[in-house]
Amino acid sequence: MKFTLSWLRDHLETDATLDAVLAALTDIGLEVEGVENPAEKLAGFRIARVLTAAPHPQADKLQVLSVDAGDGPMQVVCGAPNARAGLVGVFGSPGATVPANGMVLRVAAIRGVESNGMMCSTRELELGEDHEGIIELPGDAPVGTAFAEHAGLDDPVIDVSITPNRQDCMGVRGIARDLAAKGLGTLKPLADVFAALPAVAPQGAGPDVRTDDPEGCPAFYARSVRGVANGASPEWMQRRLKAIGQKPISALVDITNHVMIDLGRPLHVYDMATLAGGLVARKAKAGEEVLALNGKSYALTPAMTVIADATGAHDIGGIMGGERSGASETTRDVLIECAYFTPESIARTGQALSLTSDARQRFERGVDPAFLDEGLEIATRLVLALCGGTPSAVTRAGTPPLEPRTLAYDPARCASLAGVDVPSARQRDILERLGFTVADDPTGAGWRITVPSWRRDVTGQADLVEEVVRIEGLDKVPSVPLPRAPGVAKRTATPLQLVERRLRRAAAARGLNEAINWSFISEAEAAPFGGGDWVLANPISEDMKVLRPTLLAGLLSAARRNADRGAASIRLFELGRRYFRNADGSSDEYATLGLVMAGEARARGWQHGKARGFDAFAIKAEVEALLAAAGAPVARLQVMDGAGDAYHPGQSATLRLGPRTVLARFGVLHPRLARAFDLDGTVVAAEIHLDAIPQAKKSGFMRPPYAPPALQAVTRDFAFLAPDALAADALVRAIRGADKAAIADARVFDLFAGHGVPEGQKSLAVEVTLQPGDKSFGEADLKAIADRIVAAAAKQGATLRG
Amino acid sequence: MTEIISLQDGLLADIARTDTLDEVEALRVGALGKSGVVTALLKTLGAMTPDERKAKGPAIHALRESVTAALAARKAALEQAALDSRLASERIDMTLPADMPPQGSVHPVSQVMDELAEIFADLGFSVATGPEIEDDWRNFTALNIPETHPARAMHDTFYFPDRDVEGRAMLLRTHTSPVQVRTMMGGEPPFRIIAPGRVYRSDSDATHTPMFHQVEGLVIDKGIHLGHLKWTLETFLKAFFEREDIVLRLRPSYFPFTEPSVEVDVGYTLEKGQRIIGGSGDAENGGWMEVLGSGMVHPNVIRNCGLDPDEWQGFAFGTGVDRLAMLKYGMNDLRAFFDGDLRWLRHYGFSALDVPTLSGGVGA
Repeated sequence: MKFTLSWLRDHLETDATLDAVLAALTDIGLEVEGVENPAEKLAGFRIARVLTAAPHPQADKLQVLSVDAGDGPMQVVCGAPNARAGLVGVFGSPGATVPANGMVLRVAAIRGVESNGMMCSTRELELGEDHEGIIELPGDAPVGTAFAEHAGLDDPVIDVSITPNRQDCMGVRGIARDLAAKGLGTLKPLADVFAALPAVAPQGAGPDVRTDDPEGCPAFYARSVRGVANGASPEWMQRRLKAIGQKPISALVDITNHVMIDLGRPLHVYDMATLAGGLVARKAKAGEEVLALNGKSYALTPAMTVIADATGAHDIGGIMGGERSGASETTRDVLIECAYFTPESIARTGQALSLTSDARQRFERGVDPAFLDEGLEIATRLVLALCGGTPSAVTRAGTPPLEPRTLAYDPARCASLAGVDVPSARQRDILERLGFTVADDPTGAGWRITVPSWRRDVTGQADLVEEVVRIEGLDKVPSVPLPRAPGVAKRTATPLQLVERRLRRAAAARGLNEAINWSFISEAEAAPFGGGDWVLANPISEDMKVLRPTLLAGLLSAARRNADRGAASIRLFELGRRYFRNADGSSDEYATLGLVMAGEARARGWQHGKARGFDAFAIKAEVEALLAAAGAPVARLQVMDGAGDAYHPGQSATLRLGPRTVLARFGVLHPRLARAFDLDGTVVAAEIHLDAIPQAKKSGFMRPPYAPPALQAVTRDFAFLAPDALAADALVRAIRGADKAAIADARVFDLFAGHGVPEGQKSLAVEVTLQPGDKSFGEADLKAIADRIVAAAAKQGATLRG
Repeated sequence: MTEIISLQDGLLADIARTDTLDEVEALRVGALGKSGVVTALLKTLGAMTPDERKAKGPAIHALRESVTAALAARKAALEQAALDSRLASERIDMTLPADMPPQGSVHPVSQVMDELAEIFADLGFSVATGPEIEDDWRNFTALNIPETHPARAMHDTFYFPDRDVEGRAMLLRTHTSPVQVRTMMGGEPPFRIIAPGRVYRSDSDATHTPMFHQVEGLVIDKGIHLGHLKWTLETFLKAFFEREDIVLRLRPSYFPFTEPSVEVDVGYTLEKGQRIIGGSGDAENGGWMEVLGSGMVHPNVIRNCGLDPDEWQGFAFGTGVDRLAMLKYGMNDLRAFFDGDLRWLRHYGFSALDVPTLSGGVGA
């Protein structure tokens, strides 16, 4: 909301400086977003009289002027056709900056003749479009005076941000009231502000208006003024509107805009010649269209309120006037509408039509329902003053919601809620200055407060406390330590949070870089992962439409961007959520770690030679290491198929605890998917499901006692011939199970196929660690264990190699 | 006697002349072996009379000792020379590069979230979470933002076409505040939580991304007032920026879910074109920067969450995690946070070992 300092002073009797006003505005919650004084741009431009004008000796189109800007004649070269002796205009002296082009004026020779400044056009000073000639001021304009001051431009424009609860401050008067409450001056009585305007002497009945939509438009007040002349509005009004960025249009339209900015009261004017019969506020008919003043046509629904005549809707009520009944320069008879529209209804209509306007902003926040008569009266007086004409009586259709709100308030609440003890008398004074009526509560302690009609936002004690403290000053609120539990701070993180932290730092420690990718991906990216359960109705783009069912899409896109930038080795991970839907329609979100590695696993080097890419076991190593870091029982996990379509069907797997609980899926990315993301070479990927990682139950910090075996373990190697299809893991598990007491571990240390190994078979060599109990193994013991191992392997189809 | 001396001289000279361990061994066998010359002399001792033995014995023993010692010394010298020569031959260029493990990193947003958790844990706050796909009741209505409230328009909301079984419209949460609602409805007061997480607004330009991170704070207890909020925020910012000269400016503002509502500015000083947090914003070269929105939780919100606002009250605050990271660590482009550029991640990211702790300082 923009206004000028002089405008504010219409309502606020004050001698406060601009800086004091600005500081006070921010202090009371009307945050100053900017302040600009147009006069600053016009520093160095003064009123000057052309004393003499003579032709330039070297140029036909130039003249050499002698100009007096208050300190004697100066020579100025000028190209304007209207430059002539006796003209009073605006002179820019050397050092001044021309607002339109930023040029700094200096003494210079123009075609060999010295020029000591410039006579300016309207456009050069950014005061208008005219560039036909230099500005011509009245002959009696005071020579030597700063032009900005003379033109009334020395008036700072203040831009404040008005929070949605403060409709009352969407008018200059409301801001003045707040500043007065802050102690920055006195709010002038409304009658004094408009004392200079003519009084209204109504003649004849008011116009025919009614409301058939008491829900959307409970009150529709109107009056006509006949015989007006709708020319341009006066200079002062145009200057104000221009200063705040509004375009002056005609006296009638400018009056409605001025009243809206001045008093927060939106109005609308109709050219009565365009109306057929009376006006009615009613619900729109389904499909009814209105051509609004912005030139666009809107199709309405029966939930919306229109102002219509016999021929149909003119106006989207309270939001925007209609093109066909707006005031123009030919308007002679005008109907002024001053209505009250229900905020909720305006909000719904505005949202549905995606149509914003100054009127909507005010109506949807709730204009003062007690200000219809006065608003209409002031508007009428302005019309009479600027356009003449004969006013009718006022027609009042319906009634605005005037029920005053009274609240119980205990002044002690200020200290208990805001922490600052403002004396009761001071609280009462603040509230009264803001327009609240304060009475002692007849039923006992505290006060009964009547909320002024313009403060729809104040509905409870907390609001009243806010009023008191914002005017008293939030700087008065002391800093009070939050009560602290005795002792050292307690552990607060949940088990899942701890898993997340451990995974993150373990991954970073293993050389992976954490990225954060968008939670939304494209439908095409989601498809290989089974698509997404959640598709946005209003995505920002097709690329960001589906809430991801996988973290891989985002990581693969990031990997491609890095590859495009020339990254040789890419190791990215992300900790985030995958989004699914519960049966009850609520969101089911899974904390997940996604991991993608592409490019070189190891760069070429003088020790190892060629660069090496990633393979399935590189990703398996990461997954197992991360799961171990997260506390998962890695040794108990089973490697099973079922990683999904995103992966190479033969080089991927899941890690499960029991057949159902999938802790991780990983492997070589399906080449088709890698190609879809424009990634070359082998790409490996994994997802770890954080919620599936079982939390070790911990009872205290004590570890089990340390009891190393008394005797040293021995190892024995076994080489088996096994069918190709036999999983190494199955063989190893079988061996481990062959003698649980003796066999501490078994692991594959060699895999061989080809020469010497029959077709369809492979040779697997397993190192078995045997741990003796209280006595060493004898030859017979070892033989018995070995026999059990061979028998267990045989059950898996593996035979001991001879 | 003289023959013993000359034998000794001869043997010692031979030992000194050896070049290899084999030659040393051959001499040892020749002198001290079973049929060695020195061994033979030692054997003569047994056949001697006591007087002869007294006269010759010491010389023969001396011969044996000096030859044994000379052989050992020669052997050690030759072994040392052999080792020296082997080591000399094994010299490599130690300036060659060693294999370095890849350098991983923690994203600044994660790091800052860990910092926040650490600081607030000390103040007794735990970390709460909630879904990012929310219903409009928890995201708006419960927070005192009815359907027609202009504040709904302030949030550019991403909607889904779906509704849950209760008929509530589903959306991407526009702030972390629904976690307040879930916390209050899901437990027994008092509450002290922070809720960091992803939030979404349909907004994308140079300084806005459609997804970003917020952290919410909530205290619900008895007798909590605005003064506690002020202290909490001051204390938090001092701890976060690790500066004692943090100056806050509280401004009245408006959020539907708090009353009174307070916007919090922090003072900064302009140094070499960079805004450095600290000092009063009113000082020379100073300015105020909006960093937090906050206020006393609105009685309607407390009521909506099933608590009695006459009994329980407290404050809430919220701020951007990405923004806090930018202010502390100097990034200037929000979009880069979500680009996954390895160069950026390595530059602004953190080592796995930079775990924020109170004793080591939460900043890294």
